[in-house]
Amino acid sequence: MSIDVEVLEDSRHHRYVLNMGPQHPSTHGVLRVLLELEGEYAMELLPVLGYGHRCHEKIAEFKPAKSFMPNTARMDYLGALIYNQGFAQLLEKAAGIEVPERVEYIRVITSELNRIQSHLLWYGAYLLDLGAFTPIMYAFDDREHILDILEDVTGSRLTYCYARVGGVSKDIDDKFVTRTRAFIDRLRSRFPMYEDLVNGNIILQKRLIDVGELTPQICARYGITGPLLRGTGVAYDIRRAEPYSIYSKFDFEIPTETKGDCMASFLVRFRELEQSLRIIEQALDGLPEGPIMAAKVPKKLKLPAGDYNSSVEAPRGELSYYLVSDGSDVPYRLKVRTPSYSNLSVVPEMCRGMLLSDVVSAMGALDLVIPEIDR
Amino acid sequence: MEIFYSILPDLIRMVVCAVCGAVIVFGNALVMGYAERKLAGHIMLRPGPMEVGFHGVYQLIVDGLKLMGKQLVIPKNADKPLFMLAPLLAFAPVFVPLLVIPFSSKLQGFDLDIGLLVILALASINLLAVLIGGWSSNNKYSLFGAFRAVSQNVAYEIPMLLSLLSIIFMTNTFSLKGIVAAQSPVWFIVLQPLAFLIYLVSLVAETNRAPFDLPEAESELTAGFHTEYSGMSFSLFVLGEYANMFIVSSVATVFFLGGSSGIPLPYFEYSGVIWFLLKVYSLMFFLVWIRWTYPRTRFDQLMNFCWKYLIPFSLVNLLITVVMVKLL
Amino acid sequence: MKSYFSELFTGGWSLILGLKVTIKALFSPIVTYQYPREKIDVTPNYRGHIDLVKDAESGAHKCISCGSCMRECPSDCIVVEGEKREGVKGKALTIFTLNFTKCSLCGACVEVCPTKALDYSDEYELAGFAREDFHYDLLKRVEERE
Repeated sequence: MSIDVEVLEDSRHHRYVLNMGPQHPSTHGVLRVLLELEGEYAMELLPVLGYGHRCHEKIAEFKPAKSFMPNTARMDYLGALIYNQGFAQLLEKAAGIEVPERVEYIRVITSELNRIQSHLLWYGAYLLDLGAFTPIMYAFDDREHILDILEDVTGSRLTYCYARVGGVSKDIDDKFVTRTRAFIDRLRSRFPMYEDLVNGNIILQKRLIDVGELTPQICARYGITGPLLRGTGVAYDIRRAEPYSIYSKFDFEIPTETKGDCMASFLVRFRELEQSLRIIEQALDGLPEGPIMAAKVPKKLKLPAGDYNSSVEAPRGELSYYLVSDGSDVPYRLKVRTPSYSNLSVVPEMCRGMLLSDVVSAMGALDLVIPEIDR
Repeated sequence: MEIFYSILPDLIRMVVCAVCGAVIVFGNALVMGYAERKLAGHIMLRPGPMEVGFHGVYQLIVDGLKLMGKQLVIPKNADKPLFMLAPLLAFAPVFVPLLVIPFSSKLQGFDLDIGLLVILALASINLLAVLIGGWSSNNKYSLFGAFRAVSQNVAYEIPMLLSLLSIIFMTNTFSLKGIVAAQSPVWFIVLQPLAFLIYLVSLVAETNRAPFDLPEAESELTAGFHTEYSGMSFSLFVLGEYANMFIVSSVATVFFLGGSSGIPLPYFEYSGVIWFLLKVYSLMFFLVWIRWTYPRTRFDQLMNFCWKYLIPFSLVNLLITVVMVKLL
Repeated sequence: MKSYFSELFTGGWSLILGLKVTIKALFSPIVTYQYPREKIDVTPNYRGHIDLVKDAESGAHKCISCGSCMRECPSDCIVVEGEKREGVKGKALTIFTLNFTKCSLCGACVEVCPTKALDYSDEYELAGFAREDFHYDLLKRVEERE
């Protein structure tokens, strides 16, 4: 529920400023939002960024390009394998290296597992913001299985450095395949429980429906991509629109909703879990044998002069890397376009006139990861 | 000297009641605090407190000692007398309602004719404590919590009163002992299920428990009205909350679940307290159960639910009760 | 008017379904491990800090002090120095230190080593009081390990 903004415009002297500061239980990360409140209605919102700026893009200008790989994981710690994949693709495109087919399959399987893990964490944390304390534990229980599977292959649990230029660092074995198949069955059997406990709950529905409505025009103005855009009805997914890797081989749907409110993006992300499971199943069925590293990868990776771009579908939207190279192996400029930065910019317009509880609800539905906003 | 001997029984009774009241309040906080954390743990598929004592039974005692030893931090521009008064106001009024509750047919502090009025009047002082605490903290987040608590508590007292009023129309007395006695053939929950449901929902809202815990909504308001309280002041708020839960649950037991009636045990007049406590604690288990299941309602939806759903239904229920009482 | 009652009933039923899920979980076994009383076995592929590997036959480390790991490291955590010694082919290793506080566990050093002298350890219970607790002297560690 929001109020007519014009009605209260002339009573500005009743407003007071509340600081949802860098330390707050529900802004996930160090995000500061200055709220100008009229009673309990948020009239003006101003996100203040920069509390987590670590100069990643500048760091890329000092070292050979392939040394930047661990930094990609630190930008979005929840979608680290996808960030790794995007960066490896960028360098392979720049240097003209062809990767073996098994590498593509492994990258797709691990990226989709990463996407499921990120959505499960978002699910639990969002419900924790809304006041339900148990679904986060159930979601984390499922997430632990994924983390165990991925730890066996990559060696890390959160900030992966798995993709290399020309391949991946370690091969997957039969144990991985069996465990992943068992996990797919397990997660599928948990969906009815989540539907009962959370999705159908009347209290949750009343809090999410009609809150923070977005339209395709607003999304186009701010550059919003990902589940938020798909919640407004636009079926734009980089894996279909500009297929990279071997996504064109798989048969999966792009879930969309029409209303564009918080419930729409909630349901879109929940249904993406099932679609990711489908992709993983098809990839495991078609996994070829072969090497896991391209044949000739030079030690000193000289990138020919020019600009290169690589876009992937991160859990939060479109992730793009843009590399300007001057012919050596150290990049001249690396620009990372992260999805949460554009998603956050819609907050002042979307949340004007909302109750404070709705502001928390709407910001949770944006699925922000602050380190990737500040980089 | 004769005056002293004539009032000695009452004096002894007063002292015994005070001691029993203290035992109930602190014992209840110990049991409920431990039960809540263990139940919350197992609902979340984890064990809960396990370290201190066998499966963590001494956890609450150690927590109490820790809170007693913490420094009482007072914010710089806080209103100091009011800041210190608020926890006392939350904690002090819980002793008096315990005096009028019939734990069994012979175990009652004082059998007042207006027992229910005493309980309801003193339960509302809790609201004053929340408001004073939120205002005097000099913190915008606490103020938010206090405002929400005021509207919520004031609104939900009405369905509470109306549903209890239906029972009183049937029994014609405010005295709690009389209401227990009037439930001899059949409990009132069978005759008035709607009133029971309405009372249950208002109970959750009156004690500020989830899903109606907006005054202390952790993820939105960083602990609401008790943000600035630490140490013993905070533990007084918590003790008051658990004791409040106990009182409203025992009112529900007395009014709807037959008080201390049940299968007769030896020395039934004194051991009916076992049945009473069983019923009270099963209601409190229900409160804990719904706390850990549902998300929080939004504030205007909470008020809408009260005004648009609970009050019409309780008024209709009262009307039907009155008509039935007149006819039968 | 109809939606008033239908919302009440569907809402109430959804609440009861939620309660059923929670009560079922209340009687399910717990899924957590009570660390430190119960510990899980770490997978052999776990990426701890790097350690020098002992050769199976000779019982010595395999490092030839080429310095490739030092050059490849994106965070400059490794210091490798070797010297020419009488009667020893190639260089002998004198200093091999790892500053684990800067390491990002990327694995570049392990992969670039020409003699496969480095491998990940499986230590995860690392806690210390000073930064210097995590400046590992890998040469000393491999000589002290049996």
